Amino acid sequence: MNFEITDDRRMLAETLQRFLADTYPFEHRTAVAYDAPFHDPAKWAELADLGIFYALVTEEQGGMGGRGFDIVTLFEELGRALCPEPILGQLLAASLLNAPEPLMDGTRYALAVSELDAPYDPDDITTTADERDGWRLTGRKTVVYGAPAAEVLLVAAKGPDQVLSLFRVAAKDAEIIGYAMIDGGPAGEVFLEDTPAKLVTKDAGPALQNALDLGALALCAEALGAMEVVQATLIDYLSTRKQFGQPIGAFQVLQHRTIDLAIEIEQARSIVILAASAEGGSEFPKRAAQAKHLVGKIARQVSEEVIQMHGGIGLTWEYPLSHYAKRLVMIDHQLGDTDHHLERLMDGL
Amino acid sequence: MDLSFSKEEQAFQDEVQAFLATALPADIAARVASGQGATRDDMERWHGILHTKGWLGGTWPTKHGGAGWGPIQLHIFEEESALANAPRILPFGLKMLAPVLMEFGSPEQQAEYLPRILDGRDWWCQGYSEPGAGSDLASLKTRADRATDGHADGHADGGPDGGAGSDGDEYGDHYIVNGQKTWTTLGQYANRIFCLVRTRFDGKPQAGISFLLIDLDTPGIEMRPIRLIEGGYEVNEVFFTDVRVPVSNLVGDENEGWSIAKFLLGHERTNIAGTGFSVQALEQVKALARQVKRGGKPLIQNPLFAARLAQTEAELEAMKITNLRMLSKAATGGQLGGEPSMLKIKGTVIRQSLNDLARRALGPAAAPFPSEDLDNLAIAPPGHGHNAAGYFNNRKISIYGGSNEIQRNILAKGMLRR
Repeated sequence: MNFEITDDRRMLAETLQRFLADTYPFEHRTAVAYDAPFHDPAKWAELADLGIFYALVTEEQGGMGGRGFDIVTLFEELGRALCPEPILGQLLAASLLNAPEPLMDGTRYALAVSELDAPYDPDDITTTADERDGWRLTGRKTVVYGAPAAEVLLVAAKGPDQVLSLFRVAAKDAEIIGYAMIDGGPAGEVFLEDTPAKLVTKDAGPALQNALDLGALALCAEALGAMEVVQATLIDYLSTRKQFGQPIGAFQVLQHRTIDLAIEIEQARSIVILAASAEGGSEFPKRAAQAKHLVGKIARQVSEEVIQMHGGIGLTWEYPLSHYAKRLVMIDHQLGDTDHHLERLMDGL
Repeated sequence: MDLSFSKEEQAFQDEVQAFLATALPADIAARVASGQGATRDDMERWHGILHTKGWLGGTWPTKHGGAGWGPIQLHIFEEESALANAPRILPFGLKMLAPVLMEFGSPEQQAEYLPRILDGRDWWCQGYSEPGAGSDLASLKTRADRATDGHADGHADGGPDGGAGSDGDEYGDHYIVNGQKTWTTLGQYANRIFCLVRTRFDGKPQAGISFLLIDLDTPGIEMRPIRLIEGGYEVNEVFFTDVRVPVSNLVGDENEGWSIAKFLLGHERTNIAGTGFSVQALEQVKALARQVKRGGKPLIQNPLFAARLAQTEAELEAMKITNLRMLSKAATGGQLGGEPSMLKIKGTVIRQSLNDLARRALGPAAAPFPSEDLDNLAIAPPGHGHNAAGYFNNRKISIYGGSNEIQRNILAKGMLRR
């Protein structure tokens, strides 16, 4: 038994951690995450130069990572820095592309699945694909993560035979209305009307579900990194903030609540490790669902409790903790919430 | 046992409903319903409408221009107002300062300030919390030193205690106030602030606090907005630098401010559960869950979401009765013990659960940062674009007005110690 990460992955983590600490300080994050284009294209280019995107792509596909623990290592660091760069879109695309070279070099991808009446389950989508004069897509995709930054969209749509397939659309051919998410970073509405598209994969259901599960794993790791930061912030605050003549951390009720969070965060780490180790095997969908279900619940609990124990300061824009707390809640709104994944688990019993 | 209102109370309820149906402007109700919140103008308009009706000072005695309501009438008014999506009445002047002035203020102070509160000439805000004095309010440091022109007694020639004011003699006709207050709600719209300030520096911290009225136009005051988690501005920091305040602005006796603060804490806490807000929020979540889809079906048919909703509804029904039991006790002259603290805790937890459900129900559509530019995209169903923002903003309700931890301390003190 060995729970250490490999040296290669440790180096990746350290490289990314140093880069983000040096060049993406919190004030910069807040300055870019809420105003168009809701991320920093220059920093994106530097991340590409660092070779970060190679870690999203498997060796078989020509990359240098793409396995469960590569994803976890990378996204935990992104969570720690609360990085708004839409790297999740890159990851979602990575496993779906036959030729992912442009992605590794920094061409920006976004995966468009969710629709207004199909928030989490790809089976429910209604965007249509018609084959005449090449493929044409019609429909609306909602809250597409990374859409306003993307150069290429991968779009899930149903053909005339109702088979779910995956298409490639040049972002300039679609109507995209971008906005910031409430926790920062880019998302957008994508309107398709007879929009020209290229078929990537016919009958893409299983491949798409695998991509979404990899994404869920990434979001869990991101939450884990963010939870570690807020936990450290909380402990620091409890030991320095004084009321009634003593540090508030001297009050037993706050001690116990802090410990309850610590236990939950360990549980989150464990389920993430379990899901990452299952990646590539038949158990992965179940493990990914378990991870996203538990982490969704734990991240919200951590968010609410750290705010409450901080008091008013935890609700201020100026204090970084509030942005972490928002991210921790809103992660549950991406790629299936805690109930959605619980239903998957219930169906599999 | 009879859980229903009396005939007179039912008649009052009908009257309130009829009034709200005609008098509450639709545009204001729409902004309140959407979670976007009433604007400054909305609040002033609604206060004006209620003032004309004679209901703005609902529980004020008639001799001060109020309606002389008891706790049950107030409850009916507040619950019906919440159900109709009326803006809540701003408490700072009407429900906090006014009762203090009626109990502790001089006849001159009552005559000067009470009419101005009712007719909207004064917008009061509250100066209690400080950066270093939140839950531990008595540790506040903003100081008011008695002075005559030319020098401040507290610094220059105060008594042996080194501070001004233990002997009560004439030793200055004004105070010089220095310090900082924070979390001042809607201070950006206010023209006056009531403050707890330190006027004595020895003895127990509670024993040296005074209650002071300050005109915000006085030189030396700076109001700075604090931006909140969801991006909005509703609270402020207030800085006082050598601010000159006439001694006539002291309410009650010098160094008796803590008794006033405690009086206020026990006053009009009957709406503390906010049941009207919760009933309204529950109806909105139900309507939303019928509109949005999961797995091709309305969300309300999803067993996991329906379970969350049904559990919260059961909690709310129980709390409504707890609330009525307390009201009935208060209305018949009973002494309230820990009930307001219990209702504050349970009431805020239930409201926050409903905010959580309203956010959760939207799925990905909760994610966009609220903006008018997005309204025509209808990413969330109309009126629900602020659900996530509202959820984050309402994390405040278990923190402000005495955090839920402080409420538990109050309860434990009453129930466990002998």
